[in-house]
Amino acid sequence: MKNAGAAAVQKRSLIQWLKGYTGQKYLTTILFLLIPVVLLALFTVIPAVNMFIFSFQKRDQLGLNVEWVGFDNYQTLFTDFSYLSTLINSIYYFIGSFIQLALALFVATILCSKIRAAGLFKGIIFFPYLMNGVAVALIFQRFFRGDDDGTLNTILSWFGVDPIAWLSNKAINNWCLVFASIWRYIGFDILMFIGAIQSISPDIYEAADLDGANAWQRFWHIIFPGIRPIIALQLILSVKGAVSVFEIPYIITGGKMDTSTFVIKTIETGFQYQKIGLASAMAIVLLCIILIITAIQKIFFKEER
Amino acid sequence: MEEKASVTKKYQFRETPKAVRILFAILKYAVLIFACLLVLIPLVVVLFGAFKSHKEFLTSGAFDLPTSLNFDNFATAFIKGNVMQGLINTGIILVFSCLGTVITGTMTAFVVQRFRMVLTRVVKTAFLVAAVLPSISMQVTVFQIVHQLGLYNTLAAPIVLYIGTDIVSIYIFIQFLNNISVSLDESAILDGCSYPRVYWSIILPMLRPAIGTVLVIKFVSIYNDFYTANLYMPKDGLEVVSTALYKFIGPYGSKWEIIFAGVIICIIPTLIIFLSMQKFIYSNLVSGSVKE
Repeated sequence: MKNAGAAAVQKRSLIQWLKGYTGQKYLTTILFLLIPVVLLALFTVIPAVNMFIFSFQKRDQLGLNVEWVGFDNYQTLFTDFSYLSTLINSIYYFIGSFIQLALALFVATILCSKIRAAGLFKGIIFFPYLMNGVAVALIFQRFFRGDDDGTLNTILSWFGVDPIAWLSNKAINNWCLVFASIWRYIGFDILMFIGAIQSISPDIYEAADLDGANAWQRFWHIIFPGIRPIIALQLILSVKGAVSVFEIPYIITGGKMDTSTFVIKTIETGFQYQKIGLASAMAIVLLCIILIITAIQKIFFKEER
Repeated sequence: MEEKASVTKKYQFRETPKAVRILFAILKYAVLIFACLLVLIPLVVVLFGAFKSHKEFLTSGAFDLPTSLNFDNFATAFIKGNVMQGLINTGIILVFSCLGTVITGTMTAFVVQRFRMVLTRVVKTAFLVAAVLPSISMQVTVFQIVHQLGLYNTLAAPIVLYIGTDIVSIYIFIQFLNNISVSLDESAILDGCSYPRVYWSIILPMLRPAIGTVLVIKFVSIYNDFYTANLYMPKDGLEVVSTALYKFIGPYGSKWEIIFAGVIICIIPTLIIFLSMQKFIYSNLVSGSVKE
């Protein structure tokens, strides 16, 4: 009797606690976070942990014949040149992103000056960014087609140039893919630079005008210092982008003729050759590279965050 | 006297660059027109080619106008090439993923941003760390989870992946919540509102602009995504727009006019959305990425 009473009191106080705001806070937190946390665990945490474990194993996609091999996968990666060599192709994309940023800054500066139909120009140059990646890849497969009916070769033939095998010539095919990549992504950089340039106070321009600054001085002394942080951030992000290139080479050339990238190689190793252990080790290597770049980014951009 | 000299000096200064300025203006337009040509030339060839018959395509030059407006290639691509199926599947995936992201994203952001306790801090850090992981390489191990859950070759696979691995949206919501005053919540609580009620009647309506941003980013990334569907839904009939187009490379490999028609159909929805909400897309894409 006494016990039941105590239990009742306790029960009531639990209900009261839940009704009170502290209890409600916890209840709401658990309720609201349940689904997102389960999804995070399923599709991010567990795969990340697995990736680490699998990288020390030899296993297939179904995980039937699991064998612990220690550092063998990493040893394969660093001794068999065919894996890491794909990282070298990232250099093309890295240089490409430099060019892309410079061109984007150039076009953005022009678009921010007094220009008629600036909106139309901006719209046309930006639109490829919204286009489907497979569509872009197919368009450029045709553009760089090696025989005389490829788009680029057709244009060149007007000037009497013989057809060039753009995508199967190992000296130039990666540059072609970089071109397609710039074509697709530059619009976003331009948009971002326009935003940054427009956020510079117009008073500064007026002051510069009064001092008789010309276009170059205006760019070098006002615009450039104003957007320098964004340029630096974009450069760091472009390293991340360069080591993670996948879609454009995967669809246009299938990673053949020395156009493979590290991510394409990882996916091939994992899904085509069913070497999950080795593919996991590759993913871990990529993760390490990205972590280093992120660390550099955090050090340089501490004050801005 | 001295004043006059300075005036002439100023006059001279403004006079000289005038010719230069005209030259500059011409150069500016030349650069912009050249850039637009670079964008349009690869596309124009596709547009012209899509209207040509197979014979015409093979015999005419890439920049020759089609002799007639022939929509046969579009019909072939749309029905036989499964682009229609792809559009339907992409639409279904878009609706559910957007809905899911908005609900779970805003709820997570609300709890994580408003309640400062150990649990929410841990969750926030977990999301922060997760954002660094390389998404495509991760599929090597995500694949097994999807397989074990029985989601392989179902539309649910991309939907849960788009909802579950979207960390950018949560960031955008948290950033936006930072600027919504807590005093609103407090006054509602004084009026006797519960926390879920605060979320539903105060926070969610206030987050409307952020939801707009997230929806734009979500649309662009899902409509254009290729590898998720390619990896998890290879079965016929489960094509999305991207994979339907990708499958053209095999059977229609020699029929470029049909591939071109498929490309055009796939671009049209994007073009319509871009033209109808250009300003909205510009401002939201940039604000979304800067906050990342």
